[in-house]
Amino acid sequence: MRQINTEEITDTIEKICVDANYNLGDDLVVSLQNALNKEESPLGKEVIAQILENAEIGKNEQVPVCQDTGFAVVFVEIGQEVIIEGQSLQEAINEGVRRGYKNGYLRKSIVKSPLDRVNTGDNTPAVIHTDIVPDDKLKITFIAKGGGCENMSRTAMLTPAQGRNGVIDFVVNTVKDAGANPCPPIIVGVGLGGTFEYVTLLSKKAILRPVGSHNKDNNTANLEADLLEEINKLGIGPQGFGGKITALAVHVETYPCHIASLPVAVNIECHSHRPKSIVI
Amino acid sequence: MTEYINLKTPLSDSDVEKLETGDKVRISGILYTARDAAHKRLVEMIESGKDLPIDLKGQLLYYVGPAPAKPGYEIGPAGPTTSYRMDTYTPTFIKMGLKGTIGKGGRSEEVIEAMKEYKAVYLAAVGGAAALIAKRIKKVRIIAFEDLGPEAIRELEVENFPAIVVNDTKGNDLYKTGSDKYKIPS
Repeated sequence: MRQINTEEITDTIEKICVDANYNLGDDLVVSLQNALNKEESPLGKEVIAQILENAEIGKNEQVPVCQDTGFAVVFVEIGQEVIIEGQSLQEAINEGVRRGYKNGYLRKSIVKSPLDRVNTGDNTPAVIHTDIVPDDKLKITFIAKGGGCENMSRTAMLTPAQGRNGVIDFVVNTVKDAGANPCPPIIVGVGLGGTFEYVTLLSKKAILRPVGSHNKDNNTANLEADLLEEINKLGIGPQGFGGKITALAVHVETYPCHIASLPVAVNIECHSHRPKSIVI
Repeated sequence: MTEYINLKTPLSDSDVEKLETGDKVRISGILYTARDAAHKRLVEMIESGKDLPIDLKGQLLYYVGPAPAKPGYEIGPAGPTTSYRMDTYTPTFIKMGLKGTIGKGGRSEEVIEAMKEYKAVYLAAVGGAAALIAKRIKKVRIIAFEDLGPEAIRELEVENFPAIVVNDTKGNDLYKTGSDKYKIPS
């Protein structure tokens, strides 16, 4: 068994919260550069150029790229040969978020009660998802999830008869209804299958794939390509001002489902896509 | 693509009436920030007959909750938040003389109608370009509701703050005309 102390987990979380918010990934930047070349709308081009310039400022000045530094969503893959020592894993993660958001000058955007709406003051608690995997490592993935795009996300329980076309209609209509709100050009994470709660988790995991990567299953990869084409026919464009590039990528993740069900979830991600992973 | 209309706040009816959907503007002067929680409190103050901490006449409200400023910076990143969440409150402010709002994303029919009737405009700043936008903010001062943290009302002194006209005073909407132009029927 391999021992990992929670202090190391806290330090890692603190570091990646800040890193994710200051430094956009190369996969995203390349995707935005390609979008700049493909966009036909002059205003759309101007918007993408500003987004790229903004990313440069984040990197060069080490400041957050967006004022909404997000809900801290943390995925932990725990190797089954790992023993976690120290405090609780949950508290270790929250302490890392607390430190990262304070020391990194990130905005505190979490309210304690959904109805009373008093700010917790330190951006905790994080939303934490854990998976047990068969190795002796701990993989931590952090994503700063903005509120504006999260608000535009949807889940539906379709009937098996609705099939592939039903899925395409639901995903495209979700993006259409979102319009300019979620800060296009967006990344569209789609979950397909599983159960009501699991399909939503799949859609968030779909977002975490490298931007523009394809599902290993050919049929699913074809669905991704068809969805991207249909979404970019909507004309919404960068910031909704009109244009060819409404989405940079569509990622679909699937899971087996019940004979009665066809669950589909769409998690919309803004162009300030801020995931970071570290393996301990 | 470099023709900008310069706006200096406070704004008059004729300043906003000459603006058209799709115009690019550069704003200098004062912007007041307010988002969800501050809007709720302002409307509650109006309903209970209290004086507001800001005079809305001729002003622009910017929907933003900035990130904290790093040492050496006047303000942290400060891009727009999504505007529709303020739709239920906005007509009240427009009737009181507010000349415009700045955010991102579409507005309700009620807000668009109020803008037509009382002469106001809706402007969009580029969502997510928050570090870039912050460079146009020269001074910041908290005016009210400090306990709301990022949601407090701030007075921003801005120079050449970039925005684009989405809804003009004639009821036009860039989000409709823009997407119609690039839409491909399936």
